[in-house]
Amino acid sequence: MKKFFGFVIKECLHLLRDWRTMIILVGMPVAQIILFGFAIRNELDSVRIGILDHSRDEVTREITEELLSSGYFILDGYYGSTDEIGAAFRKGRIKEAVVFGNDFSNSLVRENRADIQIITDASEPNMANLALSYTAGIIRNYASSLSEQKQIPLTMNIETKMLYNEELRSVFMFVPGIMALILMLISAMMTSITIAREKELGTLEVLLASPLKPMQIILGKVAPYLILSMVNLALILTVSTSVFGMPIRGSLLLLIAECALFITTALSLGILISAVSNSMQIAMAISLVVLMLPTVLLSGFIFPVENMPWPLQAISHILPAKWFLIIIKNIMLKGTGFAYVWKETAVLAGMTLFLLVVSMKKFKIRL
Amino acid sequence: MRTIFYIVRKEFRQIFRNKSMLPIIFVMPVIQLLILANAATFEIKNVDFNVLDLDRSPLSFKLASKFEASPYFTRSLTELNSYTAEEEIINGKAKLVIVIPENFEKDLVRDNTAEVQLLINAIDGSAAGIIASYAQNILADFNIEARINMINMYQPEPLPVIGISYRHWFNPELDYITFMVPGIMALLVTLIGLLLSAMSIVKEKEIGTIEQINVTPIRKHELIIGKLIPFFVIALFELAFGLTIGKIVFDIPIVGSIWLIFLFAALYLIVALSVGLIISTFTDTQQQAMFITWFIMVIFILMSGLFTPIQSMPMWAQRITWFNPVAYFIDVMRMVMLKGSDFSDIQRHFVILSVYAVFSTSYAVFRYKKVN
Repeated sequence: MKKFFGFVIKECLHLLRDWRTMIILVGMPVAQIILFGFAIRNELDSVRIGILDHSRDEVTREITEELLSSGYFILDGYYGSTDEIGAAFRKGRIKEAVVFGNDFSNSLVRENRADIQIITDASEPNMANLALSYTAGIIRNYASSLSEQKQIPLTMNIETKMLYNEELRSVFMFVPGIMALILMLISAMMTSITIAREKELGTLEVLLASPLKPMQIILGKVAPYLILSMVNLALILTVSTSVFGMPIRGSLLLLIAECALFITTALSLGILISAVSNSMQIAMAISLVVLMLPTVLLSGFIFPVENMPWPLQAISHILPAKWFLIIIKNIMLKGTGFAYVWKETAVLAGMTLFLLVVSMKKFKIRL
Repeated sequence: MRTIFYIVRKEFRQIFRNKSMLPIIFVMPVIQLLILANAATFEIKNVDFNVLDLDRSPLSFKLASKFEASPYFTRSLTELNSYTAEEEIINGKAKLVIVIPENFEKDLVRDNTAEVQLLINAIDGSAAGIIASYAQNILADFNIEARINMINMYQPEPLPVIGISYRHWFNPELDYITFMVPGIMALLVTLIGLLLSAMSIVKEKEIGTIEQINVTPIRKHELIIGKLIPFFVIALFELAFGLTIGKIVFDIPIVGSIWLIFLFAALYLIVALSVGLIISTFTDTQQQAMFITWFIMVIFILMSGLFTPIQSMPMWAQRITWFNPVAYFIDVMRMVMLKGSDFSDIQRHFVILSVYAVFSTSYAVFRYKKVN
């Protein structure tokens, strides 16, 4: 046991000595979470709109005012015809145009009806849909404020409660994903590279010839990265709560334990990758292709898994990040306890066990 | 000129001799297009919902079936009571729970007003916003129907109504794949161009053959041009291949001029290839080059508007994207392919990218030195 600790200390020193790598390993995650935490969002914000106003009267001005003061829209300008709107779309100047019909306020007073057409640039479908629904909502509110005094029979009042994220901030959706991505990359990629490196340099042979057991060597190699990942985790959690206002509604202890489990999964994945690859380059290529792209795309980080076609959903089931995301969203945002995440935890634990067993089988003790 | 030709020939031979190259050129784009186009979607359909019906009146049943009939919503199978309503959302079985209070129908008739509550899982904020607006629309329609049915001979009271109609231009079905594929093309071209050029000179450095080239009378710019032309050709071929697949498999519209796309892609490639070359001159091993390339790629892609829109970013982050060539290329691809923008519409992009091209190529030539 003493020999093993000696080995772990040697590995830690090894890592600490290379201070440039250390800075990258600790600084990069923080920089990434800040940059992407701010930049990756899909909420509606300052959408440039154009107005085509055939009436230019009191009411159309008021509605335009309502739209602009909502904070979601910025006025690009008034347009004279639908052709001009088309040209503005093609230039990418505006994303939406609001068209008021002829004689707007007069027909609203006399005939009790006036028409608005909303034209969106749907080459960006999600934005178009969001912009349309926000615009329609603002206009509808305005319309009902006109008839406030009159008693409408049989009115259903709708109360909408946005659970866990009242202000609909997309940070709540994306920060957990960035956490998973960073922990996955640091833990899995770094371990796979460090072991592959010893193989490539031929120093693994020297280590294997030492009285340490092969399993101890691997654990000893992994241990410093486990510590490093936990430090990273602490940094990431601090940044996401203090900078992005992510709540931790559930138990912090449980959250840390689940993160430790995920880090262990990632580390064992790293061991497996290094066991099957002979050079650093192959290890790195596998880590990036197998870990990064699927973690970004198929884990539910940016895009909801349930909307994907079934073959992709099937792939997503074997990604540790998918289960981890469910767990941390549950603990951090929904504030649930272990009873709600035991299934996902069991899946992660099972994956870890499986990966460890396979990599032990694959790891060649003799070179 | 002849020297460049010989270098180009040598490079092409070297690329195609490498057996792992062909799958990268031909298989990667197909896989990327198929996976990315299908995975990257914010489309909202078949939202799981459930109803907590405390009223159990004919009206509340009608309301529930109105939601069931909507193409956007699918009812989950659990029977809810007041204790399990929120549970349903915590478990992830439903994204929306409609709470119909006791005496809903009675209140509506007696007091002329009744409450309906929508509980929405808002962790995915933008989806929650759209779900809410779909649900409110259905309820508003239902309210009007109920009013007409319940008040016999209901005369629509003279209330001011603002009729809202909408049209989605360029993509009336709001098809997300149509939106994603042009962006993925840009990604494809970037990936192949950047990776190949980043590996190019550093590989010669690592193997040691750069010394041999350095002692030949080949001039600096000849070597660089000779090295980049093959990647340029491969990347453009990649774009053509991607466009073909996009057209055949996904039936993506190409409204604008295809020549404009290739013209802009050529300009963009000059920037991408010189960035790769700069990486190549900064690094000593292929591994380092690969690592840095990937790191830059991740930042370029996540900050490019490919997955999440640039206009949603805070202003300082938007300013960063002004320096991101990928952002311009993706924008142009979408504009030309989907909206049919012509040259005058994308003039600004052309000018900015030309400046970057001049800047990056001269820096790359400056960085590369023939002496070690």
